Amino acid sequence: MVFRAKAGLSRSVAALSRLSGRGGGTTLPGRLLLRLQPDAIGRLGALLPDGAALISATNGKTTTAKMAASILSPRRALCRNGSGANLPSGVASALLHTDGADLGLFEVDEAALASVAATLSPSAIVLGNLFRDQLDRYGELELVAERWRALASRLSAGSSLVCNADDPLVASIGRVRDDTTWFGIDDPAIGLDAMQHAADSKWCVHCGGRYVYDTITLGHLGDWHCPSCGDARPRLHVAARDLEFDGLRSVSFLLCTPSGDVRVRLPLPGLYNVYNALAAAALAIRLDLADPAGLAAGLERFSAAFGRFERITLGSRESVLLLVKNPAGANEVIRTLAGDPAAKTMLVALNDRIADGRDISWIWDVDFELLARQVDRVVCTGTRAAEIGMRLKYAGVERIDVLPQTEPALDAVAAEGDGPVYLLATYTAMLDLRRLLEQRGLVRPFWEEAAA
Amino acid sequence: MSEIRIGHLYPEHLNIYADRGNIAVLDRRCAWRDIACRVITIGIGDPLPAADLYYLGGGQDRDQLLIADDLARHADTLAAAVSEGAGVLAVCGGFQLLGHSYRGHAGDEMRGIGLVDLVTEAGPSRMIGNIVLECRFDPAAPKRLVGFENHAGRTWLGAGVQPLGQVVHGYGNNGVDGLEGVRADGVIGTYVHGPLLPKNPWLADWLIARALSRGGEHEPLAPLDDALELEAGRVAQAISSR
Repeated sequence: MVFRAKAGLSRSVAALSRLSGRGGGTTLPGRLLLRLQPDAIGRLGALLPDGAALISATNGKTTTAKMAASILSPRRALCRNGSGANLPSGVASALLHTDGADLGLFEVDEAALASVAATLSPSAIVLGNLFRDQLDRYGELELVAERWRALASRLSAGSSLVCNADDPLVASIGRVRDDTTWFGIDDPAIGLDAMQHAADSKWCVHCGGRYVYDTITLGHLGDWHCPSCGDARPRLHVAARDLEFDGLRSVSFLLCTPSGDVRVRLPLPGLYNVYNALAAAALAIRLDLADPAGLAAGLERFSAAFGRFERITLGSRESVLLLVKNPAGANEVIRTLAGDPAAKTMLVALNDRIADGRDISWIWDVDFELLARQVDRVVCTGTRAAEIGMRLKYAGVERIDVLPQTEPALDAVAAEGDGPVYLLATYTAMLDLRRLLEQRGLVRPFWEEAAA
Repeated sequence: MSEIRIGHLYPEHLNIYADRGNIAVLDRRCAWRDIACRVITIGIGDPLPAADLYYLGGGQDRDQLLIADDLARHADTLAAAVSEGAGVLAVCGGFQLLGHSYRGHAGDEMRGIGLVDLVTEAGPSRMIGNIVLECRFDPAAPKRLVGFENHAGRTWLGAGVQPLGQVVHGYGNNGVDGLEGVRADGVIGTYVHGPLLPKNPWLADWLIARALSRGGEHEPLAPLDDALELEAGRVAQAISSR
């Protein structure tokens, strides 16, 4: 079979997948295509006149990619894997529909980044952050870092890195190249008093000494240096200064770039979203596809990616769907929610399927204690419903219901009270919840959402 | 008010599988019974304080190397404390460090403290998954212990050394002999995390009662409502046996 026929066959699988109601055809066609033609990603990617950019991180890949798309779309037609299918099969599926696109913009799983980058020769790679995540699947953090370091040292001259300077582990990778674009937060006023207990990279990559932070922003991110060997945060090219939080509505900051500063109001809360916005802005600057006004307009136009602070209406209640999948991400969600002192009704959905990580011990590294006093009721659901219920009991939550099935759990949590419901869910639990919300006409299918 | 003292060794280095969950469970289960639970954290360079129970968690390879030499300083003090009735709970990397040595892939050797007679060597693959043990602390009343394991090390117990339990589902110490962990009087080592204690409240209470008995208290612990703990354990067992 010639390549065009293989690609055509794979495309029709996508249409079939949608027709049969099995999903959006976001991975299956690519999986088939890669089976038929292992170098398909490289061959299809070569058809994009402006090449491709990749985004990887433990947390924030989907949101960063959506922000970058919002910035870049006025200037370039994009080919994206917007539905979060970020393994090679997902990238290949997206590439089957280049449809006259100029530039590929793909989020890529941390463990798959090296292989996708090797076949696609991207013009830029964003490395956002590295946190402890699904140890049973990815192995220790150092292993992922080693793979990224090897990738960085093999990159051709035509590829460049866009890195988070505030993450010392990511910085040690970005330093492999001397033309890396660095982004970070410069605002001593927002620092934490002490490092969160779940912080991952406390010890110097080079000498094993303890990092000292002038400002800790979140997890092990911040303005760091190592007193024993002198290593320090790289000088920032793209920075956020003077942050202002408006509860759970928005956050604004001064975006400082080499070609000027601009005030940005992000329509999303949370410090982690400032990092996502910086990553997206730094990428656009690296690609030379945005000026300060264009960056601000793109970021302010942006709306939440599915399940990432996605607002939904449950009955008459304004509610929010939040993906949580590892301690660093979950702790930032908890910190953001705790910033609003109102009493809260919550649904927490914990699954232990392969895409969630089979090992659920990470829930004990999440500071649910910060939120416990604000929670008047929690309904726990998912394959490990009792386990998350038990965790919340030890955190100090008093009213806990355990309903493993999604539908009774959603009905139970919506049945009482009139304030917002906060729905926290692991990856597959979030898809289960969203499927139910789609059936009830409360959200759009995630592959349509992604295309919007 | 009665009190127990827990010496938490290297929490900044050995914390990879949510080890703080084990400490939180001991702390809460004491508080719910009006028992004071004092946790003393011990870092690199610190002296080893007196305690009723010492806790040693698991770390990344790099972190384990960073603390191994410091721990060796305490080998004699810890052995003396154990002979006077102190308990030790060591999980994953901490379990390996209780033994004589850990031999890496390249033949490199990290020494342990030799508190119990066991050795560990790196295996070709990681043993990852849900695990269920049967423990016979009281031979007349065997107990199930559930959790998750994720380790490359293969651990072998010396002759006559007792395991923590027999593997019902999962790999255990080495995937070969059907044994998991080690138990020598008050010293317990295991690969089971998840963390270990939340879903196994009987073991948490055994450790608390043992620590209290050092202060001369031999009354049984007041019972707690463990419905969520037991349900979480039941679900974990069902998932393990699939």
